[in-house]
Amino acid sequence: MSGLRVLVGCKRVIDYAVKIRVRPDGLGVVTDGVKHSMNPFDENAIEEAVRLKQKKVVKEIVVASCGPAQSQETIRTALAMGADRGIHVELPAGTEADLQPLAVAKIFAKLVEKEKPDMVILGKQAIDDDANQTTQLLAGMLDWPQGTMASVVDVGDGNVTITREIDGGLEDISVSLPAVVSADLRLNEPRYATLPNIMKAKKKKIAKMNPGDLGVDIAPRLKVLNVVDPPVREAGEKVPDVSTLMDKLKEKGHL
Amino acid sequence: IKLARGCIHARSCMRFPANLHVPTALHVRHGSRMFPELKRGAYSRLTDADLNFFRSIVGEKAVKTEELDHYNEDWLGTVSGFTEVVVCPNSVEQTSALLRHCNDRRLAVVPQGGNTGLVGGSNPVFDEIVLSLERLNNISHLDPFGGVVECQAGVILQTLAETVAEHGYDVPLDLGARGSCQIGGNLATHAGGLRVIRYGQLRGSVLGMRIVLPNGQILDSRSNMRKDNTGYDMKQLFIGSEGTPGVITDVSLLLPQTPNSVNIALFGCNSYEDVVKCYRISRQALGEIVSACEFMDALCMNSVRDNLGLNCPLEERYNFYYLVETSGMDQEHDMEKLERCVERIFDEGCAEDGVLAANKDQARHVMSLRENIAPALKTLGFNYKYDVSLPIKDMYSLVEKTRDKTRTVDGSFSVGYGHLGDNNLHLNVVTPQYSTEALSLIEPFVYEEVCKLRGSVSAEHGMGLKKANYLRYSKDPGIVSMMRTLKQVFDPNGIMNPYKLLPWKE
Repeated sequence: MSGLRVLVGCKRVIDYAVKIRVRPDGLGVVTDGVKHSMNPFDENAIEEAVRLKQKKVVKEIVVASCGPAQSQETIRTALAMGADRGIHVELPAGTEADLQPLAVAKIFAKLVEKEKPDMVILGKQAIDDDANQTTQLLAGMLDWPQGTMASVVDVGDGNVTITREIDGGLEDISVSLPAVVSADLRLNEPRYATLPNIMKAKKKKIAKMNPGDLGVDIAPRLKVLNVVDPPVREAGEKVPDVSTLMDKLKEKGHL
Repeated sequence: IKLARGCIHARSCMRFPANLHVPTALHVRHGSRMFPELKRGAYSRLTDADLNFFRSIVGEKAVKTEELDHYNEDWLGTVSGFTEVVVCPNSVEQTSALLRHCNDRRLAVVPQGGNTGLVGGSNPVFDEIVLSLERLNNISHLDPFGGVVECQAGVILQTLAETVAEHGYDVPLDLGARGSCQIGGNLATHAGGLRVIRYGQLRGSVLGMRIVLPNGQILDSRSNMRKDNTGYDMKQLFIGSEGTPGVITDVSLLLPQTPNSVNIALFGCNSYEDVVKCYRISRQALGEIVSACEFMDALCMNSVRDNLGLNCPLEERYNFYYLVETSGMDQEHDMEKLERCVERIFDEGCAEDGVLAANKDQARHVMSLRENIAPALKTLGFNYKYDVSLPIKDMYSLVEKTRDKTRTVDGSFSVGYGHLGDNNLHLNVVTPQYSTEALSLIEPFVYEEVCKLRGSVSAEHGMGLKKANYLRYSKDPGIVSMMRTLKQVFDPNGIMNPYKLLPWKE
């Protein structure tokens, strides 16, 4: 059981704590000069892979990211957390918003062909597009079983048991390896990258390629028509007693 | 015995002296009992006629005569007065009318902002009337090109920060009390905080102010000009005056740009000397992007981890911790500098381990470890707090000397932390409960040690009630005498925040 190879995906996104601004042309959000970091769900994915390696279930962690030049920083963070080597599928600057889940899944399918991992772990969804599609598309392309929204991952002999967070509660499933798994927030608490590890990570290898090298057509199939702010939340209204509350609710047609 | 505001039940902790008795409530000491020799001044007493006058100026709802505990008591739960009324004006004219009346009637007044002060300066000692600035909370104007904001003194710092952030600006000061403290109080105490190292002292960012004097006169020094060398700068006298010559009602502040890239690194070090080396390397390698340099000792980190349950990203426990924050406009540029800084720190063996916050969440968390030291210590007993300026190499030896001096007090311990970059040490001694024995060992010892090194006995907290009598340890008698002269000029009847700032004991 020692010696699985895991391929983990990570994406560079606008930091989750940043206040998003819509671009003046209404076709996207402002990214210039805005703080970016690793997609939080991807942190869970990397963390899980590192924990499996610490348990000696996994022998090698390969981390891959599709994005512009700066995605290299994201890969370095993953290496600092404990991944062994990186793959940077580089996109021309400014085109990252056009990269959609279908294209990412195709890229990862090619990477799986090259790297032959026993398991692929991705984050459940990216916080910029909230798509939650790449894992499922990839599993379909590879014809591999999938365990999505995982909050518990338990690797056994040739299979993996996953607890999924679903609307009704929790669902336990068992899938045979090789499989694609997507990490949810409650899967683990991602570690901080320690500075000594950040410095050691500089010596770890990151292979560079572009989608053309993998023979993948990444042209978007969906077109963004318009991006707007959500409507401003209106102030609530305080009422002095229950009967006034009932009147107001009736007035507004809620009763 | 009642629970002081904000008091948290302490959990037992193995790392502190085994016989530490952890109280379930902190004793709230009345200012007059903490200093039994302090006598009430010859001020008038509040009458119904006064209350009616107040109501006629600010309205019924703005004159509070019930549930006054949180105005009477300080945040630390160490001093409490006996005010019978809190008056809340919402304009400079109302403030002027109220003060003029109190001056004519010889009624003592305590101006109060967020009441987060640490030296008992914002609470009544006896029955002084509390003039609360809470309703003067309007942010009237923001100039987006010049980066200047005009607002009233009762605006909560966090509210101000959030408002100006929408236009891409920051406030030039930041401190743990941001959710409760008001900008007027920040000015009256000349608050320091985490960012002095980057944005300078607060007084350098004040472009204009409006002040009401005890006789009701309104001094209007409002201006949005960066440079104005026209005569004596009156407003500067009121910054840091702790409400003793008058009440600040309005301010214009110069704002820095919100940085695009903020990074925090936390290091674990073996010794204070290593911490100082880390600091020196940071200054040399990071230069203009440094925005905070803080340190803390093991007991501080332990109290935050063990008593508040906050997680420290460094797995091992170290003797000292050093925190550096950078703020700049370009993430790549800043990260390159930070990486070089980190390499040097480890190459020169100044730190055992460290972490770099990878996103804003982690950054906030790491800073919260530093900001929660005071709340954590508060849960462990009575806190004797000292906020002093010392030469950087001498800062921690004061902690060690104090620890040694108080070793006979059962269950006591001493900690040091603070704004390393500003040479500002926060020395705290914690005892199970307030004891005059402990106090007599610590004071005036701490102040004498600071005086020997020509430091400041109050770097940023001010003098308030608790430190007023120690003014001579950092200021010449001639200067103290001049302060009294000026106080007399502005407040001849002595009604403004009596017993504070200036020594009341000869």
